[in-house]
Amino acid sequence: MSQDPWASAVADTVGEFAARPEYLLQMLIRLQEAENWLPPEALTALAAALGLPRARVEGVAGFYSFLHTRPVGRYRLLFSDNIIDRMLGSQALMARLCHTLWLAPGQVSEDGLVSVDVTSCTGLGDQGPALLVNGRAIARLDEARIDRIAELIREQQPLDAWPADWFRFDDNIQRRDALLACPAQPGDALQAALAMGRVGWLAQVHASRLRGRGGAGFTTAVKWQACRDAPNPDKVVVCNADEGEPGTFKDRVLLNSHADLVVEGMTLAAWAVGARRGFLYLRGEYRNLRPALEAVLARRRTAGWLGAAIGGVAGFDFDIEIHLGAGAYVCGEETALLESLEGKRGTPRIRPPFPVTHGYLGRPTVVNNVETLAKCCLIALQGGAAFAATGTPQSAGTKLLSVSGDCARPGVYEFPFGVTVRQVLDACGADDTLAVQVGGAAGITLAPYEFDRRIAFEDVPTAGAFMVFDNTRDMFEVAHNFVHFFAHESCGFCTPCRVGTAMLADTLDKLAEGKGSAVDLIEIEDLDRLLKQASHCGLGSAAPNPVMDGLQKFRPAYERHLMHADFAPAFDLDGALRRARQITGRDDAAAHLPQHQEPQP
Amino acid sequence: MSAPPKLRIATVSLAGCFGCHMSLLDIDEHVFDLLQRVELDRSPLTDLKHCGPCDIGLVEGGVCNSENVHVLREFRAQCKTLVALGACAINGGLPAQRNHLDVGRCLSAVFQSRPGMDTAEVPDDPELPLPLDKVHPIHEVVRVDYFLPGCPPSGEAIWQFLSDLLAGRTPRVAYPILHFD
Amino acid sequence: MSRPEFLLDGVAVPFDEGQMILEAGRAAGRYIPHLCWHPDFPPHGSCKLCVVKVAGRHVSACATPARAGAEVESDTPEINAERRMLLQLLFVEGNHFCPACEKSGQCQLQAMAYDLEMTTPRFRHFYPDRPVDASHPEVLLDFNRCIYCELCVRASREQDGKSVFALTGRGIHKHLAVNAESGRLADTDFSADDKAAHICPVGVILKKRVGFAVPIGERTYDRAPLHTVAMPKSEDDA
Repeated sequence: MSQDPWASAVADTVGEFAARPEYLLQMLIRLQEAENWLPPEALTALAAALGLPRARVEGVAGFYSFLHTRPVGRYRLLFSDNIIDRMLGSQALMARLCHTLWLAPGQVSEDGLVSVDVTSCTGLGDQGPALLVNGRAIARLDEARIDRIAELIREQQPLDAWPADWFRFDDNIQRRDALLACPAQPGDALQAALAMGRVGWLAQVHASRLRGRGGAGFTTAVKWQACRDAPNPDKVVVCNADEGEPGTFKDRVLLNSHADLVVEGMTLAAWAVGARRGFLYLRGEYRNLRPALEAVLARRRTAGWLGAAIGGVAGFDFDIEIHLGAGAYVCGEETALLESLEGKRGTPRIRPPFPVTHGYLGRPTVVNNVETLAKCCLIALQGGAAFAATGTPQSAGTKLLSVSGDCARPGVYEFPFGVTVRQVLDACGADDTLAVQVGGAAGITLAPYEFDRRIAFEDVPTAGAFMVFDNTRDMFEVAHNFVHFFAHESCGFCTPCRVGTAMLADTLDKLAEGKGSAVDLIEIEDLDRLLKQASHCGLGSAAPNPVMDGLQKFRPAYERHLMHADFAPAFDLDGALRRARQITGRDDAAAHLPQHQEPQP
Repeated sequence: MSAPPKLRIATVSLAGCFGCHMSLLDIDEHVFDLLQRVELDRSPLTDLKHCGPCDIGLVEGGVCNSENVHVLREFRAQCKTLVALGACAINGGLPAQRNHLDVGRCLSAVFQSRPGMDTAEVPDDPELPLPLDKVHPIHEVVRVDYFLPGCPPSGEAIWQFLSDLLAGRTPRVAYPILHFD
Repeated sequence: MSRPEFLLDGVAVPFDEGQMILEAGRAAGRYIPHLCWHPDFPPHGSCKLCVVKVAGRHVSACATPARAGAEVESDTPEINAERRMLLQLLFVEGNHFCPACEKSGQCQLQAMAYDLEMTTPRFRHFYPDRPVDASHPEVLLDFNRCIYCELCVRASREQDGKSVFALTGRGIHKHLAVNAESGRLADTDFSADDKAAHICPVGVILKKRVGFAVPIGERTYDRAPLHTVAMPKSEDDA
């Protein structure tokens, strides 16, 4: 037997998850806690213990941003890099921290103590700038807090010794409606639904016309019915709490302060479809919430609202486990989420078959958004007809909006569907607004002439993000930020998204550096069209949205970045000679190149 | 009806091997047809050092150094139609095989580290063009109108391509004369 | 009873229930371009070269079930332009230097580019740095040419029962990994007789000491274009 130092850590981890390969991602997350990264020998040991090909384990470890197959600092700091965090000064704070720690972004300090980098939106836009330290989120960063963080790192204080209130999230609920003002006690909604019977309850959901709040707007009852009717009796309910869309955070608030509504919603779904197993897939950025969520689950088991014979109904057995994500926006796509739940790379599946017939481990599965599930409690309490009577004819009920950016009162707003963009702007105290990005990076950019449009599936659909930009902002920079987000988050499965998002990001970089030409706008539009039409999943097809909207509604912001030449190189011509200048020691005129073509005599 | 005026053509080899130019000569007896319809401006065949106003510019080879950039820009400025001729002009080709190497180390390996060169310096004469850190196809430096792949494109392909251009037809290079090698 | 039919570029194509558009077309002698699809494996849908237009939507023909009465557009200027752009992106993503590649003339990516008359990669080249793995005594891995079709991954897992290959990384940083802590093919149980050793559509997995064996002019795609070779009647699928 080898004296592998990882053998015992791996054995513990594998034992904890009963050596089930579908827990591979969870095992990797756990295993990484020891050293903050996953050395090659750890992956080898884990693969051997599970009887999996090592390459498969490496493939999973290499997919997720928060799993590290190369050493990172013992303190690993990741600044949220959404445009909203940037507007709140994140870049200057990151530079300050790097300067204080004598560190370049992306590098590990020589003593291995600390590394600083950026990450995708951490869901704290209403209280940013924010960062993650070893996976745990800290919001409300300012210079004083950054300096204190640097001290704590230098003193090598464990995170548990850092001020506990740093790790708490504010809810910032600014407007309550039916859901956030719901006075029900845990179990009330479930009892009501149990009294209706499974069939009667599903009929109420039909009557409510509830549609999915994750963005796509699929009718919930139709999804549930298809799952219930699928031949395999082993059904699964999944709560999609992978709230990764930049600028959205309303699910975080629901999980933080209304977790009972969410869990009860999952139980209501299980009652309708006959599921015995439930998963709450929690994005890694929200792991601060996990202990409280586990406590809610435990309390509900004790109360008889989870476990065997729920509410005293023989045969209604259902329980929920929490799975953590590890930094992969694409896992918000339901089939990628299922792959991730099965311990694999988060690559979206080919559809059909759909999850309602072939989901988690091939079982009929409903995947619902956090807010959708919470809304189910209202339907159980008030009845489907009462729910359907609110909102608009095609968008029943209310919508939680995550408002951030240039406004006086960022936070969560619950409005009935049909509210106009202007009403939301008035409510949050936004003045002199240049644009609103509704639905996140994948959403739609609205110019002032559109502010009377309505938030509703039939007009401006949204998963919840509502980012406000005032007249001091550059909408080119907004789209530039979003395009980099998509390039970073592309799973890389299909050609158009893998290469197209990288190329689009490169081209916008070229414009940002002042090297753009009219030809580049044509290239951007061609790439946009390809991404929209040929991508395998919604990530790729939505990736060009901010640029397409931007070129249509904020074209001067792009044209400002163009030279008058009909073509300009993307690479830095003079910079390309730097290395040769260095090695030859030359600096004469002929050792330089102008970026643009000189006018001909 | 009088003969149409002759079109002016310039050709050049940047970071290439002149193979495409050899292939141009491989159009055999069509050389006579070609010379009835064109006159040559700057080209290795005329040894003119600068390019005047032209209808068509044929560029062989990729862009590997500062001189290539200047010459290519001159061609773009002077030629109404610019053609990337052959694999190197189109994707960097063989010279671009150095793109994963550090150009500084390449220079010092060639001029300093070879046996017998221990005391030598990397040449620093301002007459010598400096190499770029990477070799680029010409479309990454200037706008290019047409592309004729091949290593080299066959004489047949070049003749067909030029015939199209001279006749005012959009050049079309298709199977089986379209080749990347 | 007559079989249901759909229209592929205006021509009626019969199909069996559950059959995908690409397969049904192929069975009826109608070629739809593809790189990651292979008759021995379930549809993969990653290369997107088989994109077709059905009712205004662009879908993968390999993974979209045929439906009676559907009108499918494939060999049209619009769809072929889309495919050409996908090829261009594949060419600039890796390092594809055909004159120096021993797979030249036998390479599906190259032959597809001929079929679709791609004369330029159009975009900026990424020129990634991808060292080759020459550790194995019989087989060379040249990652510069990988297009991520995963045929080697699937063949090794499903036909050879070995799982020698897998993908790791994400997005543009995605890459092929082999099943060894050293990352070297020599440290796996890979064999030149594996199905996975013979399935690469491009020049990544190459048998050593047999390069350039077929003279130019007699190679697979010198003799016939891809859209002919790829059809079932050809010797490749016999």
